[in-house]
Amino acid sequence: MKSKIFPIILFIIFTIVFIVFYLGLKNSNIYTPEKNVEENIPSFQVKKFASKDIINSNQIFNGDNYYLLNIWASWCVPCKTEHKYLMNLSKEKNIKIIGLNYKDSSKNAKIFLNELNNPYDLILSDQDGIISIEWGAYGVPESFLIHKNNIIKKIIGPINQKKLIEIKGLIK
Amino acid sequence: MSSSIGYYSLVFGLGVSFFIFFFSFKNFYSPLKFDSKIISFVFLQFIFVIISFFGLILSFVNSDFSNETVFNHSHTSKPLFYKISGTWGNHEGSLLLWLLVLTLFIFLFLLRSKDQPKQYRILTVLFQQIIIIGFFVFLLKTSNPFNYIFPVPKEGLGLNPILQDPALAIHPPMLYLGYVGTSVIFSSALAAICSNYISKLWAQHVKEWVLISWIFLTLGILLGSIWAYYELGWGGFWFWDPVENVSLMPWLALTTLLHCILVLEKKPILTSWVVILSISTFALSMCGTFLVRSGILNSVHTFANDPERGLFILIFLFILIFLSFFIFLFFYKKDTQNIKSFFWLSKETSILINNWFMMYFLSVVLIGTTYPIFLEVISSEKISVGPPFYNMLIAPFLIPFLFAMAIGPRLKWIKSDIEGKFYLLLFLIISIVLSLLIVKNLDINFLLNTILLTAALYLFFITLRDFVTKKSQNLSQNLAHFSFSVLILSILLNNIFSYEIITNLKINESYKSEKLKISFESIEQEDKQNFKSIVGKFVIEEFDGDVETMKPELRIYNQPNIVTSEADIKINIFHDKFMTMNYVQNQDYFNIRYQLKPFMIWIWISTIMLSVSGLLSFIQKNHEK
Repeated sequence: MKSKIFPIILFIIFTIVFIVFYLGLKNSNIYTPEKNVEENIPSFQVKKFASKDIINSNQIFNGDNYYLLNIWASWCVPCKTEHKYLMNLSKEKNIKIIGLNYKDSSKNAKIFLNELNNPYDLILSDQDGIISIEWGAYGVPESFLIHKNNIIKKIIGPINQKKLIEIKGLIK
Repeated sequence: MSSSIGYYSLVFGLGVSFFIFFFSFKNFYSPLKFDSKIISFVFLQFIFVIISFFGLILSFVNSDFSNETVFNHSHTSKPLFYKISGTWGNHEGSLLLWLLVLTLFIFLFLLRSKDQPKQYRILTVLFQQIIIIGFFVFLLKTSNPFNYIFPVPKEGLGLNPILQDPALAIHPPMLYLGYVGTSVIFSSALAAICSNYISKLWAQHVKEWVLISWIFLTLGILLGSIWAYYELGWGGFWFWDPVENVSLMPWLALTTLLHCILVLEKKPILTSWVVILSISTFALSMCGTFLVRSGILNSVHTFANDPERGLFILIFLFILIFLSFFIFLFFYKKDTQNIKSFFWLSKETSILINNWFMMYFLSVVLIGTTYPIFLEVISSEKISVGPPFYNMLIAPFLIPFLFAMAIGPRLKWIKSDIEGKFYLLLFLIISIVLSLLIVKNLDINFLLNTILLTAALYLFFITLRDFVTKKSQNLSQNLAHFSFSVLILSILLNNIFSYEIITNLKINESYKSEKLKISFESIEQEDKQNFKSIVGKFVIEEFDGDVETMKPELRIYNQPNIVTSEADIKINIFHDKFMTMNYVQNQDYFNIRYQLKPFMIWIWISTIMLSVSGLLSFIQKNHEK
């Protein structure tokens, strides 16, 4: 009898370990949990990426439209993975995607967009990274969903399928 | 081109498995002797994997960015050496390396087991094939190193600069040789259970694989540790980081296994230990791969974080565990004839005691590493387990462990008495006095440190005496225990006597403490092949007259854009002087970190000696044949 209990216990232990590891896999450990913040967007002046004209922030975010401010760079690896979701999102009518090109050389950024297509309605350039600091960004990529001059959602890290569906739900 | 060759040769390699299975089964039930076709097919499989591996290396060397792996991890401006080492510096390539070593080892196993029973050899090949197929499928399905991208990018994303380092270029292959070596032990243990061949003969045969894995694992861990010491810029050599722990666990299990095999080689006892340890060593290696590659843990090694990959390894790992579990239950027959109670004062008991201590250390590390995962799943609370946990739980138990290491080898098999061993007492007294002198005036935990030092010194003296008197017949064992005592001693003294200064300095400023003065003299910039280098010049005057110039460096890599800090280390046999600098955001100040680390080099030297002792034992074994 004793010799049978031991294997059964061991078997149960292994099974529990398996289940815990399996569940652990689903909690991604990589990014800090996203914050839901309702706050006014900072106002700033910024150079346009294409023409190098200076533009004021209240000229960009106006009215009832939804905006997604996406901080990106060509050297940033996760930006590549989120790119296809941005392309997908750019097909939506009621959202404008604003790219903020973070500490990047404009040559590399152009190559990046030529290769992977351009999902942005407008691209701003943030050579020294100061605007991103004003927005309270943790790093690249990072995205802010904006409605009526409020940040209604902040996404730290790359956009994925789940986040994309969430954004689409919010702007409906 | 080389990518498609690589891919197809992988597919062919998987196909060969089918033939190996076919001929193995055919041969297994036939009365004929071992079929050499099996060896040929195993060799063929190895050749296919090697072609595939060279295909990947070639893609890296040619910077063929149509290959996704190359695109993600290489860059044209990288030096050739790092292009090549980039091959295994990423998830896909490193798995290909795993597979390469797996197939190489089973081929070598067949070559070196010609005098073993036929059924045992065939079963080993079969079990190894199960593992090999698992890895083939894993590679092809979830982490294909030969994925094609179109349109072809003009430039790659670059290898993470902190991985661009000579120690790190050979660290993964070393570690893998160790990890994968345990797979051979695993397969052959299962085969030996099935064919009822757990015996002295088997122990003598499998010992060389245990030794090989152990040597490589030791060196692999050492290289990783050296790299962490000078590259990560924290000035430590072991951080109890989950990934380090994951390599330490198989090492502990393997070390225990090595001792049990040494016993089994002489006398048919401890067989259950050997079998269970053989299985768990490999399970722990696989578990390590799982924990690192699935992204379930956060650490310096976060490579690829793809839950699909994690799931695959997890399922595969548990299939292997359950398989070995059932084989153990159904086939393993305990040889009851040989179970005699050991006399309490004998070599066996002291090895058994050490086994239990090893198991204790192993469980501490295992719990410390996996507990955060369990906690997060059950209560979604995030914690991380740090060095205090390990120090507190491991240090006190090191004491009896060290004593057992000192006395154990001096006992005879089965039964000993303590006559004529009064020198044991003499050395004990010397060690106590010495450690009291060392610890006396220091502001540290007096009792624990004194006893720990005593135990380490005791082992040191006793093993040293054996070198001098040449009484020990077993040189490799003595060298191993001696090196271990040096390792523990240098870690202890390093811990006790280290000090560090952290401060912010501008050019031409200086910092004074009780012991020394640091002056920031100047700064130089230079453009290198794939990074910009900023070198600071510091003069350190110690008030006892010692003057040293230190030049820590900052490297700003262009692809990808990352700043790394290169420590300047001045090494001599008594201490290391270690200095790093870092930017302070938007200011002229640099953050300076200066450390004096006594006996640092002895930590490396003793670990190398430890591997040498393993090598020595390996040579002795082959010499006897």
